[in-house]
Amino acid sequence: MTTAAPLLDVAGLTIQFPTGTPVIDFGFAVAEGETVAVVGESGSGKSLTALAIMRLLPRSAKIAAGRIRFAGRDLLALPEPEMRRVRGREIAMIFQEPMTSLNPVLTVGRQIAEVLRLHEGLSAEAARTRSIELLDLVRVADPHRRVDDYPHRLSGGMRQRVMIAMAVACRPHLLIADEPTTALDVTIQAQVLDLLDRLRRDLGMALVLITHDLGIVGQWADRVVVMYAGRRAEEAEAGILLDDPLHPYTRGLLAASPRLDTSLHYTAGPLREIPGSIASAIAQPGCPFVPRCPLALPSCRLKPPPLEEVRPGRFVACPVTTAGERADAVAVGR
Amino acid sequence: MPLLSVADLHTHFPTPQGTLRAVDGVSLTVAKGESVGLVGESGCGKSTLGKTVLRLVPPTSGEIVFAGEDIARLPAESLKPYRRRAQMIFQDPFGSLNPRHTIESILTAPLYVHGIGDRAERQKRVAAIIERVGLPLSALSRYPHEFSGGQRQRIGIARALILGPDLVICDEPVSALDLSIQAQILNLLVEMKREFNLSYLFISHDLSVIRYFADRVLVMYLGRIVESGTGADLWARPLHPYTRALIQAIPDPSRRRQAAPLGGDIASPQDLPRGCRFHPRCPIATAVCAERDPALETHAPGHQTACHHAGQLTRPPEA
Repeated sequence: MTTAAPLLDVAGLTIQFPTGTPVIDFGFAVAEGETVAVVGESGSGKSLTALAIMRLLPRSAKIAAGRIRFAGRDLLALPEPEMRRVRGREIAMIFQEPMTSLNPVLTVGRQIAEVLRLHEGLSAEAARTRSIELLDLVRVADPHRRVDDYPHRLSGGMRQRVMIAMAVACRPHLLIADEPTTALDVTIQAQVLDLLDRLRRDLGMALVLITHDLGIVGQWADRVVVMYAGRRAEEAEAGILLDDPLHPYTRGLLAASPRLDTSLHYTAGPLREIPGSIASAIAQPGCPFVPRCPLALPSCRLKPPPLEEVRPGRFVACPVTTAGERADAVAVGR
Repeated sequence: MPLLSVADLHTHFPTPQGTLRAVDGVSLTVAKGESVGLVGESGCGKSTLGKTVLRLVPPTSGEIVFAGEDIARLPAESLKPYRRRAQMIFQDPFGSLNPRHTIESILTAPLYVHGIGDRAERQKRVAAIIERVGLPLSALSRYPHEFSGGQRQRIGIARALILGPDLVICDEPVSALDLSIQAQILNLLVEMKREFNLSYLFISHDLSVIRYFADRVLVMYLGRIVESGTGADLWARPLHPYTRALIQAIPDPSRRRQAAPLGGDIASPQDLPRGCRFHPRCPIATAVCAERDPALETHAPGHQTACHHAGQLTRPPEA
């Protein structure tokens, strides 16, 4: 990690709805050009965090605490007209289901051109030429023809490429991709992730990859933040997290995943389960993972565990684990 | 004799753009107590195959022999005994559970339709199955929307098993579930298999899940089986370039930032490529692949593939 100020710095973020608080004291940072994965299951608050960064939360939501700094500015304090310039131009976002994000009655060329005319003030003709270049950049075959197609004519993978073309049209510094490949087939998923990573390098973007897939994290992310019930459970370099997960939730997730490279088979025994569901986190005064945790102590139920840096760049919110880590460190004389 | 034996099955749909060949000449067997995995990407015809085997979709031609009887052409009214013995579990249990019915009424309906037991006997069976799939008896008086995705899939499993079937077709049963819940449902399906001596046709796009769950694996591409073998065979020695690409497409930390194994999109089943259906995307295709459709042939005991260049990793020199 560099010592320079991060491009994006989210700290203490708390998002409240009248019905509950789905994101609590959450934070992470993204350096220029870095890929950070935010991992969590549905209901973990990962998509709400992304929407908060874009200032696109639904009206019923309130940011009760925290700050979001981007390129030296406090995004939460920006007046809406300025935020509108940040959105799309400096920070762009793509979503899981490209069909619902594309307008079905406009050609894909029109939709890409709209971004360019709005943010870059291009003429209709220049915007069309640039749209074709962008389709080529995201490797849509035959872009001269495709530019006049309507979204329904395109496959799921092609639609996601069009979304990516729109997102990178103004060369943003940060691209937030919310489950960009979850709706796609495995071979297409690999193509789209490959494309995102190439654009990150070529355009010098940073990438926030929101996903539930730990395999994607390992192959494509530099760093990973594991989110559970609105809180940060663990953070580490991607390789380190997968090789040596510390939080009982991360450990449980990795143990519960069937893997190709093991001979794990149903005839040899059951998969390791994480019992219960994330719904049990609601109204826990202590650690939200307590109801499902194999290591929980009575003290875990009392107050939320603090996030501790157990090694440089390695954070975990589990006193039971950190106590074990300290004991290990003493034992080997570190 | 296998429990299920499908031979040269075709399911075609007429469309304004031409005939859609969803299932186009598939043969497979499922032995008693066997778990057969069927893997492929969306549009390959795997779900249509599952539904055709259950006669939820009419076959165009071919045989579906179940316990010695060809049910492919039985009239609908004669299918009732078969429906009792062959059931399906769907990907989205919410979409397959009537939101206006209580769980009790959803689970009682199959018993009622098949005239099983009196009221007391039906209640007893419903209570037994709901507890067996890991839900409390109090679940019976509630409605589908009151349950989480994992719980709804438990209800879907209970409904499929209440008639005591021999064959269960699972169509992407864990794809819509969070990772922490997937393992719970897979383990439950394994327990059910042992307890009720079930045979499974397990359909999934996820090779890792198939590897864990299947005794034998079929790889499907554009309406055809392109490779079949044991899980271990396929992972260690995939013979078809598509199988190899599927394996390599699974995100893997040991391949940091490695390029995608396969370009292009799956072709349309309304406009199938000539010759081998995979050849436009195939990294090792040669002239013959654009000409002749390869047949499914045995290359090693229990390991079959339909590829002119089976097992080759690079394109052979043109003859």
